[in-house]
Amino acid sequence: MTDHDDGPVVAVVGEEWRRLHPASPIVRGWQPLVAVLALGLQDGFEPQRLAVTGVLAVVAVVVGAMYYWLSWRVARFRLDGPDLVVESGVLFKRSRRVPLARLQAVDIVQPLLARALGLAELRLEVAGGKSSDAPLAYLDLESARAVRNDLLVLAAGLRDDVSVDPAPPEAMEVVLATTPSSTLLAAVVLEGPAVMLLVVFTIALAIGVVTGEFAIALGAVGPILFGLGGPVWASFTRNYGTTLADSPDGLRIRRGLIETRSQTVPPGRVQGVVVREPLVWRLFGWVRVAATVAGYAGGDQAERSTTLLPVASAATAQGVVDRVLPGVDWRSVPLSPAPVRARWRAPVEGGRLGAGIGDDGAERVFVTRRGRFGQRTDVVPLARLQSVRLRQGPLQRWLGLASVFADVSPGPVRAVGLHRDAFDARALVDRLVTDARAARAAAAPDRWLHRPPAGEEYGPPA
Amino acid sequence: MIASGAPDDVWAPPPGGWTGVSPRLGSARRLLLFTVSSPVVLGGVAVAAIFGGAAGAFAALAVFAVVLALLVQVIDRQWRAIGYAERDDDLLVKRGVLFRQLVVVPYGRMQFVDVTGGPLERRFGLATVQLHTAAAVTDAAIPGLVPEEAARLRDRLAALGQARSAGL
Repeated sequence: MTDHDDGPVVAVVGEEWRRLHPASPIVRGWQPLVAVLALGLQDGFEPQRLAVTGVLAVVAVVVGAMYYWLSWRVARFRLDGPDLVVESGVLFKRSRRVPLARLQAVDIVQPLLARALGLAELRLEVAGGKSSDAPLAYLDLESARAVRNDLLVLAAGLRDDVSVDPAPPEAMEVVLATTPSSTLLAAVVLEGPAVMLLVVFTIALAIGVVTGEFAIALGAVGPILFGLGGPVWASFTRNYGTTLADSPDGLRIRRGLIETRSQTVPPGRVQGVVVREPLVWRLFGWVRVAATVAGYAGGDQAERSTTLLPVASAATAQGVVDRVLPGVDWRSVPLSPAPVRARWRAPVEGGRLGAGIGDDGAERVFVTRRGRFGQRTDVVPLARLQSVRLRQGPLQRWLGLASVFADVSPGPVRAVGLHRDAFDARALVDRLVTDARAARAAAAPDRWLHRPPAGEEYGPPA
Repeated sequence: MIASGAPDDVWAPPPGGWTGVSPRLGSARRLLLFTVSSPVVLGGVAVAAIFGGAAGAFAALAVFAVVLALLVQVIDRQWRAIGYAERDDDLLVKRGVLFRQLVVVPYGRMQFVDVTGGPLERRFGLATVQLHTAAAVTDAAIPGLVPEEAARLRDRLAALGQARSAGL
């Protein structure tokens, strides 16, 4: 099929080798060009500089084109039984075999240019990788979805070899929540920048009043406004149109204005959930829900992938958390507050601290609450605990306090029972350890088997 | 103490008690302390001698002696505070005097076990066993083990980890 297989044809188990889309080098190749232009033109447009930048840009295009063309030529992949094999690398060859039973998440990412050409990057995440473990950049969108479906079918254990026994079509889904763009915009502005702006404006006005130079004082606000606008814009475009759906394949999250991202997190891959309530949001009853998924640790993609709901009402968030961690009502888990003397150690958040084990639901969870300005609630299923730590500093010891850390894989969730009564803390550690052991024994297998909840039907994916 | 009861109850040992580490860890850390501090001491004494004569030099020497004696005390208490216990389902590791920590790692959560030994450790016949779980924050290192104990612990932990492996 390709120029790699020149030898005699032997019986191949699994699929034949497949290649990435021939337009991939074009989509990837603009990056060095942009880098050169950005560096060359950052200090103005003098003729000499322009000429040098022009030459460098041509060199970057030629070298980039050659490199990306070569890397496209050597890249290939195939499904071999229950594993995905990916080969890549121009100078240093890499052949990677990914056991799909360990699959943590699959993302289909479409940057702007790829989107214009109808291409998509398939990102496959397993635990322990630093960045995406086997990125396939790029496939045409339809193949990307087909490959994703094959991966999920193999990972779920529905099939053992899709080349022998083709996968069923993409699973149906039920939409759990969507984010209106007006709410999203209001939320990202109010989350922090709005407060900052208010502070900055007040200071500028005060300086104006004192010095009488209003124009200069308010003029200085401009750059600050610009600086604050960047993160707001990034957060808005990243989470634009977030749709969260549940399917037999697991959670599906679709979002993005410029770069679109369609994530699938199989059942049982969520290691914990954090519900954040930034200070100003509490006036509107809004929360943000993020999850720790082992595959999303590290790399620049982590921040973009871990948010489940960028902004939602507490009730919607509850519905989602209930779906991600079945039977868990994070608002009704009884949290025992930290003792009053904890305020000597943590004056601001001392009155807010709380921790407790929720065991009325199907899944036992450890829930902690903290936060200096806003409030955050971290929920960790006991079956997912990696280790439990008890810590005590000198001031804590003097006050008879200690902190309990329930560790899960890296991500936004950090369940910490801060500044608890030292004896309670030790008892909590012992109970977490014992309960986690029981929860682990009862945990579902890696290759999941999933049924829609009673009284609900899955509809076709959007 | 504002709270009732002794802090020892909070850090109560498991039924089998703690296994301590080799006293040679104290020797190794003392050597490190003296090696690192000697240029500082010499420099400090020299500067004091230039500005304060013999009296200044003696005063500086006395100050350094007191500081070093205190640090030696700290080192002594620190290595004595390190302990571990192998229970049926998990490993307990404790350490720290001023900042105390107790880590409980279920065997089934262990991803891999490292045995490491730097030049200083090897010179004193010591090794460190470090447990890794899928959580990067799990901080379970046992320094100051004699190599035979380190190897035994590594093999036992690996075997137990295999037997009780629980994925993620």
